[in-house]
Amino acid sequence: MYQALMDEPSITLVPVAREGEAIPVAAGLFVAGQNPVISIQNAGLYEAGDALRGLALGIGLPLVMFIGYRGHNRKGDTPDSAATILEPFLHMWRVDYFVVESDEDLDRVPLAFELAAKTNQPVAVAIGTEYAKSDKAIGAEQGGAQ
Amino acid sequence: MITYTDACRVINDSRDEAVVVTTMTQTKYWYQISEHPDLDIGIANAMSKASSVALGVALGKPDRSVICLDADGSLLMNFGSLATIAGMAPKNLYHFVFNNGIYSVTGGQPVPAPGVEYAKAAEACGYASVFRFDDVESLDSSLPEILASPGPVLIEIMVKGEPQAEGVDQTWESNAKMPLQLRALRKRLTGADDWGPGGPYL
Repeated sequence: MYQALMDEPSITLVPVAREGEAIPVAAGLFVAGQNPVISIQNAGLYEAGDALRGLALGIGLPLVMFIGYRGHNRKGDTPDSAATILEPFLHMWRVDYFVVESDEDLDRVPLAFELAAKTNQPVAVAIGTEYAKSDKAIGAEQGGAQ
Repeated sequence: MITYTDACRVINDSRDEAVVVTTMTQTKYWYQISEHPDLDIGIANAMSKASSVALGVALGKPDRSVICLDADGSLLMNFGSLATIAGMAPKNLYHFVFNNGIYSVTGGQPVPAPGVEYAKAAEACGYASVFRFDDVESLDSSLPEILASPGPVLIEIMVKGEPQAEGVDQTWESNAKMPLQLRALRKRLTGADDWGPGGPYL
């Protein structure tokens, strides 16, 4: 995915040193008239908590956040707390979200953009690990805002 | 040592039409001096992220200078942003770091390592140029040339610590100020009045 984003001329990739930078960089880009999205892993979303609170939810930023759903599976027995915490975390922060687990779910991505624009709030798209690891996946497991 | 007021005054003198992103104690002094409040953003209610917001604005508007008035305590909390900024290398970003060695807004506790030299850290990360000033005359005479040179530039300013007895202003109105400023600045920079209300304060 990273290479695909690097190769796409219509996208400028901003690699960040930590996920907490991604949301404020996106806020600055939006103020400057750009159309940012961020792409981070669930563990990174937890790291970015204060930025999510103050500079996404707090300012009413219409931002789609692609979140790598590390540890997610369909069996419900994941040993990875990064996965088990994700949806409760999003509910607790009152962040609406969509889960993408297969190609059939991809029509949820434009819905996320519509919801973010309509509500002026961040909206998450959680990309299931099993889907992200398939050949067809668009994935979302690297830090970065574009 | 340089006073906050003097530092803000000479920065304002050389500012031209730059966007200025401030945070914490710098915001308090900057607002008393700034002659372009329509181009100012005071990052409040979000810890340490002034440098990251400034980077986003600078990348999104490469034809407009962006000045960030950051500080040692805030930068220590977002130290990785030095590498992120150096990596993107925006030529229009001027990153000031007010170094007072303390956390002013929480009562004046010392930062973990008061001897950190932020200009050297930025140089090591790959900023285009770095400076460190501890007298206002040198800062004043150097700023026009610095702000005309290609960024990213880090300008470390040694200031006297001033613990704030009143702490951080956290009223509903103060928290609503930043979302309003950001909307006004987007309108100013893009001409589009298209960012409606959202979030807890608007």
